[in-house]
Amino acid sequence: MPPAPLFSFESVSVGPADARRLDGLDGELPANGLTVVAGPSGSGKSTLLRLCNRLDVPSEGIVRHRGVDVAERDPLELRREVAMVFQRPVTFAGTVRDNLHEADAELDEDACAALLERAGLPPSFLSRDAGELSGGEAQRACLARALATRPRVMLMDEPTSALDAEAAAVLERLGRQLVADGTPVVWVTHSREQMRRLADHVVLLAAGRVERAGPACEVLADGG
Amino acid sequence: MEGDVGYGELAVSLVLVAVALGISIQMRLRLERELVVSVVRGLAQLLVVGAALALVIDPDTPLAWSWAWVAGIVVFAAATVRRRAPAVPQLFWIALVANGATAIVGFLVAFGLGIFPVQGRTLVPIAGMIVGNSMKSCIVAADRLVETLSEQRAEVEARLALGQPSGRASRPIVRSVLRTGLSPQIENTKALGIVFLPGAMTGLILAGVDPVDAVLVQLALMYLILGAVATTTVVTALGAVRRLFTPDHRLVALSRSTRDAG
Repeated sequence: MPPAPLFSFESVSVGPADARRLDGLDGELPANGLTVVAGPSGSGKSTLLRLCNRLDVPSEGIVRHRGVDVAERDPLELRREVAMVFQRPVTFAGTVRDNLHEADAELDEDACAALLERAGLPPSFLSRDAGELSGGEAQRACLARALATRPRVMLMDEPTSALDAEAAAVLERLGRQLVADGTPVVWVTHSREQMRRLADHVVLLAAGRVERAGPACEVLADGG
Repeated sequence: MEGDVGYGELAVSLVLVAVALGISIQMRLRLERELVVSVVRGLAQLLVVGAALALVIDPDTPLAWSWAWVAGIVVFAAATVRRRAPAVPQLFWIALVANGATAIVGFLVAFGLGIFPVQGRTLVPIAGMIVGNSMKSCIVAADRLVETLSEQRAEVEARLALGQPSGRASRPIVRSVLRTGLSPQIENTKALGIVFLPGAMTGLILAGVDPVDAVLVQLALMYLILGAVATTTVVTALGAVRRLFTPDHRLVALSRSTRDAG
């Protein structure tokens, strides 16, 4: 029996009837690998992602995580299991270490350094003022902070859109590394090139619905 | 003059309103109508209040009427707060609790510790002064809370996404709102007597009371108001923040122009 999908969406609508962000969407995000959710602006990509950790809830329909309705899960527990990196890196006041402790106050120095290493930053960054990091460094610090909750899924909402090409390439590599380490990643992007570089699976959205979905090799070969 | 202002003297003081009218006409501010309405309305309201106060604070009138007046002040203040900061759901009730709690704390200190005697002539003015100030801080706290949560939505959601409960995710913002709410009153208290001579003291001195006695009354009132502002700001900020998150720890959609039935 195949594993339950990472997330499944059954007739999901979000927003008032006259301004739906998602409109009766049906679809699945597969259990493993890196799934790219792509589509034009306003197609509902970020909304779909925010449903996965209950920062948004559907007006209609059901969202399931590994077969379980997310509405039945404790939202705080779900969010620690399904971590998220946002479009714009948002660091909190204080040092990078303080930022990691916001996710887990019990982290010792070695654990903090290990988290930074997974996010491609040296341990010396622990004492750096988080407000003074460059865009790319801040986004990697945010990734380390998200990893501090020991998530089983990583949601990444256009994480490179505010970064230069070099910093974006680093983050893409880190995304692939997470998948190699066994953490499925759902990556939202509006860039076809990025989708081609990253995706194992693709979900294309248009006007709040799934337009096409499947393994990247099939969808991309189809001109997706 | 010994503090006695008759209707003639009052009419003379309107010269300054005429100055304001002149400025409005000269600078084309188009505030003439509003100025006249505000002066007439203020005059009518205060004359009615003065007449009613004379009845209520009469030693022969039962104290229950003064308490009823105080209740009216608290309800009116809550309605005003709700109208001025409509984005917070159920703000009327939060403001009612905040202003009510503030009035009770103020009365406990003012009357419980024997600073003032419990009489109509002390009850109503003290309630007016305490609730008037706490109403202002209620509005500032609610308005600032909505504004900051709206501006810093990304940070709050980044905290929520780490699995922080809404109370913890909003704590830095609540702290900042409390500081903003309390600072003006703290500064006012620091500048007391140097920058401005506050209303009660000025009124007492104008009415011929010994300045030292007037100062003591004013100091007691200022401390009451400082406590009132602190209580109101805390109750409003904590009450409002709970209503700006859903039970499943999501920040509600915030529009500062939202009209909500409180």
